[in-house]
Amino acid sequence: MEVAVISGKGGTGKSCITASLASMAKNILLADCDVDAANQYLLFQPEIKSEEVFVSGQKAIIDYSVCNDCNICIDYCEFDAIGRNNDRVEISEISCDGCRLCMRICPVGAIRMIDNDKSRLYSGSFRYGDMVYGRLAPGEENSGRLVSVVREKAKQVAKENSRDLILYDGPPGIGCPVISTITGIDKAVIVTEASLSGMHDLERILETVEHFGIKSVVVINKFDLNNDIAEKITEFCKSKNIEVIAKLPYDTLVTKAMVSGKSYYEYAPESDISLLTKKIWSFISDVKK
Amino acid sequence: MKPVKIAIASGKGGTGKTFVATNIFNALIKENIPATIVDCDAEEPNVHLFYKNGVLETETEVFIKVPVIDESLCTHCDRCRQYCSYNAIFHIPSLKSISVMEELCHGCNACFVACNDNAINPKQKSLGKVRRYKIGEQHHFIEARTHIGVYSSVDVIKAAIAESSQDNYVILDSPPGTSCPFIQTAHRADYVVLVTEPTPFGLSDLIQSVETLKDMDKPYGVVINKADIGNNDMFEYLRENNIELLKKIPFSREIAENYSKGILYSSADKGMRTEFLDLFENIKNRLWK
Repeated sequence: MEVAVISGKGGTGKSCITASLASMAKNILLADCDVDAANQYLLFQPEIKSEEVFVSGQKAIIDYSVCNDCNICIDYCEFDAIGRNNDRVEISEISCDGCRLCMRICPVGAIRMIDNDKSRLYSGSFRYGDMVYGRLAPGEENSGRLVSVVREKAKQVAKENSRDLILYDGPPGIGCPVISTITGIDKAVIVTEASLSGMHDLERILETVEHFGIKSVVVINKFDLNNDIAEKITEFCKSKNIEVIAKLPYDTLVTKAMVSGKSYYEYAPESDISLLTKKIWSFISDVKK
Repeated sequence: MKPVKIAIASGKGGTGKTFVATNIFNALIKENIPATIVDCDAEEPNVHLFYKNGVLETETEVFIKVPVIDESLCTHCDRCRQYCSYNAIFHIPSLKSISVMEELCHGCNACFVACNDNAINPKQKSLGKVRRYKIGEQHHFIEARTHIGVYSSVDVIKAAIAESSQDNYVILDSPPGTSCPFIQTAHRADYVVLVTEPTPFGLSDLIQSVETLKDMDKPYGVVINKADIGNNDMFEYLRENNIELLKKIPFSREIAENYSKGILYSSADKGMRTEFLDLFENIKNRLWK
């Protein structure tokens, strides 16, 4: 079974909650799909068993010993990545989308593609099972595809080691890395917070999971920062027929736990927030739900 | 007045990016300094929550050109599929079956160039909207907003920033992370303010952002929000790497509660307003010294 914890808005507490859920498991595969800000490995310090190169895309470069300065490629580029600079044709590394059209149309064959190959895919074991995570190298793109690769690897390792449950820590937003995280999963836990921003972002992520037909429940984190908005979120979810499975209080022990290298469930298993998180765990681990 | 475009960004979500961006903008409003804020977090735009009194000036739809295959002319030569770098064309020549997966298309035009049979026609596909609002006499708010289910927000972000090209002082509220949407925002800014929090997750994500900006050769500085939570590692990292600490904002439950209601701190507190104005002036003077 594949379950993802996602949030729409960043910083709602998604990763801390995911870490605590993982700590309640005995036999789990935890995969970090937040590939441009992977954090679970910091907390759980997995023993790495494999490291693989992820080619995130390609960039076009010009061989100036061949280029005859015809400028044709400038007109073909739909990304405005090619222009005249320093009295020659130059391709902006930042704007190049890696589509290869310039390489194909260059009449003298002066353009070739080079791989962006600094991103990595890791897998290993940690104290509650196996962990798979991707790290997108700074500035590299295609985080959505790296997420797909993380999921493929997660499913493979889970099968090899008979892990029944795969838990994904998702990226923020509603774009390609999120869509890659939730496509075809069994259920999603959506973490929001009691603020206007949290509520607005929740509406967008709920539409997204609906669009892809994923069964989901909502967790309102830091509900006591604004009880009125927490109430409004609950009403809103009710109108959409979506269960609010837990309301977690704002608690400074979450940060203290993180600083000490533990999930908050490991740090304070009897605290209110830990006990309430168990409700989320029972939703996740119940195969019938 | 020389133009200044500042991006407010962070690797980790929820560190207070929008908080910093809206408070700087608000300080400029109160001081009657003409300025524009652009919400580049097109997947989860939130700036509008703070400027509900804006008057809509323009609304522009953002499109990309996707292919439509005319099967009566298609000879199933397979060239378009080979030219597509995004796997957006699905083709089984033996079955004479060909289709376009529009959501994977980047609008690069390669398939149109590839087709020798005039069998591909362009179709406009909407990705989202850019709206420009007027606030009072001298201020503007521009919002990038993607449609639900759209994979990449980059084109909508580019269009929103282009909409501010005539404006002098521009604050860009960046999307989180370090992949494409962030890079395309930072690329168009003169200076990047990285907002972070002094926790292990905050630090890990900050390092990722710093490495990306170094690669891009973009000037930047750091604002530490919730400066009194977590530990000292963040401060040590900034010192060791000679990275400028522009400002520290203490954690305050009052700030969090007000923000959750959509109230800007710099409206309620004159001291806070002066601090955000100083932050802006400080960056401006540095850029145009």
